Amino acid sequence: MQIFKSTLNIDFMGKSRAALIFSGVSLVIFVLSIIIQGLNMGIDFTGGTLVEVGFKEPVELAKVRAALAGGGFDDASVQHFGNTKDILIRLAPSEEGGSEVQSNRAFDELNRAIGNAELRRVEFVGPQVGDELSEDGGLAMLYALIGILIYVALRFEYRLSLGAVIATIHDVLFTVGLFSLFQIEFDLPVLAAVLAVIGYSLNDTIVIYDRIRENFRKMRKGSAEQIVNVSLNQTLSRTIMTSFTTLLVLFALFIFGGEIIHGFALALIIGVIVGTYSTIYVASKAALLLGISKADLMPVKKEGVANDGSQV
Amino acid sequence: MNRYPLWKNLLVIIVVVLGMLYAMPNLFSQDPAMEITGSRRAQMDSATERLIQERLTNSNVQIKSMESGPDRLLLRFINSEQQLLAKDLLETALGGDYTLALTLSTDVPDWLRSIGALPMFLGLDLRGGIHVLIDVDMDAAVAQALDRYAGDIRTLMRDKRLRYTTVSQTDDGVVVSFKDAGVRDQAYEAIDEEFGNLQMEAVDGENFQVRVQLSRNEQQATRKFALEQNVTTLRNRVNALGVSEPIIQQQGERRIVVQLPGAQDPAKLKELLGATATLEYRLEDTEHSIEDALDGKVPVGSKLYHTRDGRPILLKKQVIVTGNQITDASSGFDQRTSQPAVFVSLDGPGARRMRNVTTENVGKPMAVVFIETRTDTRVVNGEKVIQKIPVQEVISVANILEPFGRRFQTTGLDSPGEAHDLALLLRAGALAAPIDIVEERTIGPSLGQDNIDQGFRSVVIGLLLVMVFMVVYYKIFGLVANLALIMNLVLIVAIMSMLQATLTLPGIAGIVLTVGMAVDANVLIFERIREEISIGNTPQASIYAGYERALSTIVDANITTLIAAVVLFSFGTGPIKGFAVTLFIGILTSMFTAILGTRSVINLIYGNRRVKQLAI
Repeated sequence: MQIFKSTLNIDFMGKSRAALIFSGVSLVIFVLSIIIQGLNMGIDFTGGTLVEVGFKEPVELAKVRAALAGGGFDDASVQHFGNTKDILIRLAPSEEGGSEVQSNRAFDELNRAIGNAELRRVEFVGPQVGDELSEDGGLAMLYALIGILIYVALRFEYRLSLGAVIATIHDVLFTVGLFSLFQIEFDLPVLAAVLAVIGYSLNDTIVIYDRIRENFRKMRKGSAEQIVNVSLNQTLSRTIMTSFTTLLVLFALFIFGGEIIHGFALALIIGVIVGTYSTIYVASKAALLLGISKADLMPVKKEGVANDGSQV
Repeated sequence: MNRYPLWKNLLVIIVVVLGMLYAMPNLFSQDPAMEITGSRRAQMDSATERLIQERLTNSNVQIKSMESGPDRLLLRFINSEQQLLAKDLLETALGGDYTLALTLSTDVPDWLRSIGALPMFLGLDLRGGIHVLIDVDMDAAVAQALDRYAGDIRTLMRDKRLRYTTVSQTDDGVVVSFKDAGVRDQAYEAIDEEFGNLQMEAVDGENFQVRVQLSRNEQQATRKFALEQNVTTLRNRVNALGVSEPIIQQQGERRIVVQLPGAQDPAKLKELLGATATLEYRLEDTEHSIEDALDGKVPVGSKLYHTRDGRPILLKKQVIVTGNQITDASSGFDQRTSQPAVFVSLDGPGARRMRNVTTENVGKPMAVVFIETRTDTRVVNGEKVIQKIPVQEVISVANILEPFGRRFQTTGLDSPGEAHDLALLLRAGALAAPIDIVEERTIGPSLGQDNIDQGFRSVVIGLLLVMVFMVVYYKIFGLVANLALIMNLVLIVAIMSMLQATLTLPGIAGIVLTVGMAVDANVLIFERIREEISIGNTPQASIYAGYERALSTIVDANITTLIAAVVLFSFGTGPIKGFAVTLFIGILTSMFTAILGTRSVINLIYGNRRVKQLAI
């Protein structure tokens, strides 16, 4: 079976103006959203106490809220978690007693008022740890970007390296921006997913850059734009296939992996889709706009030896 | 064309066989289990076994099996609820003399164990348990060290008869003030001689001062010592909880992670962690009769204690030295008698006092008293009552053979093991610096099981979807890629098991993600082969060129993901690390299976043969 004909010739770069406008407008919205309403940070970053309670029967949130308010937890936030039998309670930090005193009291209240409750999970994160995590998370993202920038610059060329990093930042902003826009909870696993998106998006970009480099060296005729277009067409089948198989497993994870992993799977799904799009329109276009040319990618004598079989 | 040399085929076969072998232990079920061990006071015998069995049957607790070993009994349960039920039941039935440890037990046969093949270590989010992150107050550790120095300097000044006006502590040092410059200079010399490791400075102002500071190295050493001692102390206390496979680890410069798989009561853990403990050396009162004391006539100046095995003993009230004055303790053997011994080092003032007391009391017995304050929560009439219970035990009694100095040894111990334990207790009796719990996660056993089930299900479904798709799209080549995909999963599991790495829920997510990305290498190769065919190359040449040309692309693309995985690992805590580990291992194994693995199979099918058309 073959979906894409090998003679495929879509003029990707011809439509790049529309893509640039789409990316630009989206990014402005996302950045504004991140600045104005910020992220809905999970307790991993903010600190606080989180209690997951499971019941034998479905429970109404109003009932749970009433029971908690009766126990003095007026500002507790309550939501269903995955199904109507499980609830997630977020408690604000309190001065009196430690987290286990608080969570035990809340659990006792629920057990008394509703009954048949099971304490499934209690998480307490001190504010200090939360701050450190946010800081480390930002740093990790920065380090990952720098490491990749250096690798691509060494292996390819600085213009392509810049293009790859622009595409990666684009993907990260898109993913994080969507989490901010819809105020989806951003916790530690989501951060891990965003870092994995960096890896994935680059993986995709590199494959296409590899082909662009090869074609620049092989094809005698054609403008830079035409060569990029040919490269995109040649790799299109692979780009779509890999994204598709990755999305298959991610949807499996999203649907069957349980509530805890939801945010993680969602971030990766967004990242893979945006990563595929950005590989075609952002990374390649950026390299073109930065003025990549044939001369830049011709093999240096020494490199030609080390360069495997790609220009046989 | 397209034949692999023998060594390459062998390599693939060996890796596949080893992978299967080491992944195998994970197929055996892991049952929630409980290990019951006896103690000196209570033996594990057939009578106890009968009692246990009776209690469990009476309360309808179902056990899967019961294995008895030397002084231990292993009970296996069908699920963790039954396990917890049994624990509550047996705790009351057996009393405190037996240790009940919750654990997971596998059916892995001995021959697999003997080659070191063990199942993966499951993270707390998969098996339930308590995770606690503890912050050690390092400033307090340094302040305590300064406090000790201030005290030592005061004693030194008195001993040398140097009149000072004040000894005061600052944030990072000690200031000693004098009225007279001459005395100050003498004091400077004396302090320098006694504590050569301190940074000193003489200051002339309104009065004459010696300013003493901890050097940077000394401060660092103090912090390091405090953290290490706290780890040891916490380990001892956690071991007393009777949880199997507890993890107590240093994390970063001032944090300690405590993980208790299977444990479900954070309140009890915190009571234990927060307990304070100390030691005291006292002389035994041999002049009065112990019987009188037991009747209630305890002589003035003495106090009645009990040894660990319950024997009463009368000790003098006056304390010779306390645990705070012990700077180090280690176990070993007495040089002359080669009996097990514990070597103890004291700080300056402690050593002086010890020398004075022991000189006057050669030949008399001296005792070591272990004092611990535990807070215990009990439910009385439906109300929770928090009690502070001081536990005082005499942990060793020995005769003073000769006057002690700064460093001395305690003999009279039963075994090297006991000497080791005592050294640990002496060294780790008290926390070196105050601690604060900054993060705590408790995962219930049912949630852990749900996480395993859901994680497993998503791996299987994701894998099946991808495999079906690959066969439809690439036919024979797709089948080969699927073989590689399965092998890749086996290898990830095998390597995780060999490294005894911890599998967490994000770790499973990492495996799922790897499944999706692992086919990428094969997609790249197969697409390349199709391209080669479409430009008119022969099937054999196309296979060859497809693999050759895709190689550098695959390596480049995977290295960037590896960089992301390494960054994740170095920054990550707990669950994130789990994700990074599986991602990292998965990328490496996928390169092996997708390139070498598939090639060897493809070569087997098409190599050295006339092929008109490829099923791709």
